[in-house]
Amino acid sequence: MKQEIIIAGFGGQGVLSMGKILAYAGLMEDLEVTWMPSYGPEQRGGTANVTVILSDKRISSPIIDSFTTAVVLNQQSLDKFESKVKPGGVLIYDSYGIHREPTRTDITIYRVNAMEATFNLKSSKTFNMLVLGALLKACPMVKIESVLQGLKKALPERLHHLLPANEEALHLGESLIK
Amino acid sequence: MKGNEALAISAIRYGCDGYFGYPITPQSEVLETLEAEMPWETTGMVVLQAESELASINMVFGGAACGKAVFTSSSSPGLSLMQEGISYLAAAELPALVVNVMRGGPGLGTIHPSQSDYFQATKGGGHGDYHCIVLAPSSVQEMADFVWLGWDLAFKYRTPAMILSDGVIGQMMEKVVLPDQRPRRTEEEIRQQCPWALNGRKGLRKQNIVRSLELDSAKMELNNIRFQETYRTIEANEVRIEMIDTDDCDFLLVAFGSMARVCEKVKELATDDGYKVGLARPITLWPFPYEQIGAVAKHCKGIMVAELNAGQMIEDVRLAAKSTECPIVHYGRMGGIVPNPEEVYEALKAQIINK
Repeated sequence: MKQEIIIAGFGGQGVLSMGKILAYAGLMEDLEVTWMPSYGPEQRGGTANVTVILSDKRISSPIIDSFTTAVVLNQQSLDKFESKVKPGGVLIYDSYGIHREPTRTDITIYRVNAMEATFNLKSSKTFNMLVLGALLKACPMVKIESVLQGLKKALPERLHHLLPANEEALHLGESLIK
Repeated sequence: MKGNEALAISAIRYGCDGYFGYPITPQSEVLETLEAEMPWETTGMVVLQAESELASINMVFGGAACGKAVFTSSSSPGLSLMQEGISYLAAAELPALVVNVMRGGPGLGTIHPSQSDYFQATKGGGHGDYHCIVLAPSSVQEMADFVWLGWDLAFKYRTPAMILSDGVIGQMMEKVVLPDQRPRRTEEEIRQQCPWALNGRKGLRKQNIVRSLELDSAKMELNNIRFQETYRTIEANEVRIEMIDTDDCDFLLVAFGSMARVCEKVKELATDDGYKVGLARPITLWPFPYEQIGAVAKHCKGIMVAELNAGQMIEDVRLAAKSTECPIVHYGRMGGIVPNPEEVYEALKAQIINK
């Protein structure tokens, strides 16, 4: 098993933390993981992306240019990463603000209305968990329970009251994949 | 956990006595993690944000002179500022740990990953005939492990050790197994381990003097001879390298740190296409594994050295292979750009495999 995932969007959308939570979930399932962010001044306001690799074997390069799965949350990221999904791979994109739809036919494409769905949630801060739920429904690479377990481990205890809201967002995200 | 975070926590658990540093991207998490962990309340370790890199390295000098396990960390421009202090540490035969999470230069350059301080780290850096032991981690696990190894070697040989990392290894997260907490050494233990240390003679021993200045040239030459003897011992005993499938390879990749990870993927791509490619990953950049790489050069058809610089380690690889006819080429990106594996593989095919 080897999953090479790129998650890309605007800085502030929770792209890096979504990748981190996914990596933690992989850790809970005893997988090898790498999490490599784009770091630097572009993280505020501009685009942010993170590469997460989950594998049952030793991971070589944390830096890669083609992915089994791409999760893109804005037009720039869609333009940049659509061509970098391996044939047979998966592309998930949020329809919010998209004016040029993806065109590839050799990959599976999921369009999710994650941003719109966020308006039904208590906190818009769980947007990234909603997207993660959608990702895991489309590509079940780790169990939702592992995500929750990872979250619990990663969050300090004073924030544990937020766990139910995150779980709700994950399940809502799952329901967006039809 | 990020490489920088793993390094900071590993240092606390070693029983470190003090950290002195000044923030700079891409290593700021070292100081941030130390501040967040608040080891002064648990082990008694000192964590101090100094006013500059110059202050940091000279505080390290002071701590090291007292036999304490002390360290500093910075990124490329900061390391340039510290070179005087590192030269003084080497001259005063003081054990210390210096961490460089490299970024693109020269000058203030960029905040993105680079390996362009190879010459500075391995060939001296400051003035005078000296070397630091240089360890090059290529994973988050090694960021943690090399803290312990670095200090152990520094104390064993009474010389500064350096961890030469880069923005990729510092910023990325991976699985890591951290060592258990070890207590800081007691004064008695320090007196035993470091009889040269400045911790008060209490009427029990002769006065210790730690200094780098020696106005009598004859004595200074003797000092230098002693340093060189230490360096020869280190060269004989402490060379470390990871060799992957090099025994019967046709082509050899040589890379360290983050580029070694990229090259591991290149090797996978080449293996899928039926080529026999090996990877040599120097772990100690000084002392350099000349012998191990030279041995592979004798039987392989070509070597590519891949680095995040214009060609620095390749000079040592050429020295390693000097008695062979093996062609050696370089692939490098500069200024903070990290190539993807496909790009390096194309270069390997064009310049070595299909040549």
